[in-house]
Amino acid sequence: MTPEEQAEIVRRRKSRNLVLGLVLGGFVVLFYFITIAKMV
Amino acid sequence: METPAIPAATMPAEWRDFFALTKPRVISLVVFTGLCGLLAAPGSINPVLGFTAILCIALAAGGAAALNQWWEADLDAAMKRTAKRPLPMGRMSRTDARDFGVLLSAASVGIMGLAIGVLAAAILAVSIFYYAVVYTIWLKPRTPQNIVIGGGAGAFPPLIGWVAVTGDITAMPVLLFAIIFIWTPPHFWALALFVQTDYAKVGIPMMPVVAGEKSTRRQIMGYSLALLATSLAPWAIGGTGAVYGLAALALSLVFVALAVPVATRMAAPDDAMKPEKRLFAFSVLYLFALFAALVADRMLPPLELLP
Repeated sequence: MTPEEQAEIVRRRKSRNLVLGLVLGGFVVLFYFITIAKMV
Repeated sequence: METPAIPAATMPAEWRDFFALTKPRVISLVVFTGLCGLLAAPGSINPVLGFTAILCIALAAGGAAALNQWWEADLDAAMKRTAKRPLPMGRMSRTDARDFGVLLSAASVGIMGLAIGVLAAAILAVSIFYYAVVYTIWLKPRTPQNIVIGGGAGAFPPLIGWVAVTGDITAMPVLLFAIIFIWTPPHFWALALFVQTDYAKVGIPMMPVVAGEKSTRRQIMGYSLALLATSLAPWAIGGTGAVYGLAALALSLVFVALAVPVATRMAAPDDAMKPEKRLFAFSVLYLFALFAALVADRMLPPLELLP
């Protein structure tokens, strides 16, 4: 594997992790509000 | 059937490829009809729970779309319309696509069950199974009626949206289901008429390939007339007011009027297929407008037709 390919893999992994983090964070917020809504 | 070999994925897929796997354009229609079902249902729902229900419908549609592309990657590679999808292009491994589809499907049903209720979650699970297994794996490669029966998958969202609010199944949400069910064949066969060479190439038994063009055109007319009747049924049973009734009447008459030239002609060599393309384009607009009218009917004050 060339250094360019290695760098590309790292870049893709990073951007995937970032999006996954944002999605999971979104679910944390959503579940918080669902819990509040269910308690009302 | 000969299908080109799919290049193996050499890089981890980009997040955009996962997003593309969910068929975002199809999701927009699914979210819209689901939201309309939710807004048109009698009663009210907490906005957070309403949002969650629609999110679950979208996640389920995305999961089912991913499973569909996982199963059909070989066929997609051979068709011009689908050859640029992530799997046929080798931008993603098939295992990743399958796992992503299963994860989205399971998450959508689980969250729907926890936040909304068992009935809505059960219907959502059935709709995913219907699209991914009954339609994609079982019927699509076996019968030219694939679209008729598989069309049921796309008909679930307004039913689920409605059930999320009311918690039970009544005649109205079943009629909303029926409208999309009846709408699907003329919508899809109009498309299949002008891309039929692609489906024939990969051996998918689409109606124009199996039963012939003439029969398909006649059936488009039949379904269009059935759609006229079905779209008026919610008004006829008193489930909606005149705002919806008149909109459904006008829209369905235009649908039938556009189906007439499709039903009464045959394609010439190098035909531009304008009537078929026009019917297909209008069919998308039709569904948006009809469901928007359904919501408007519930939101607006009743229209008095008689003095």
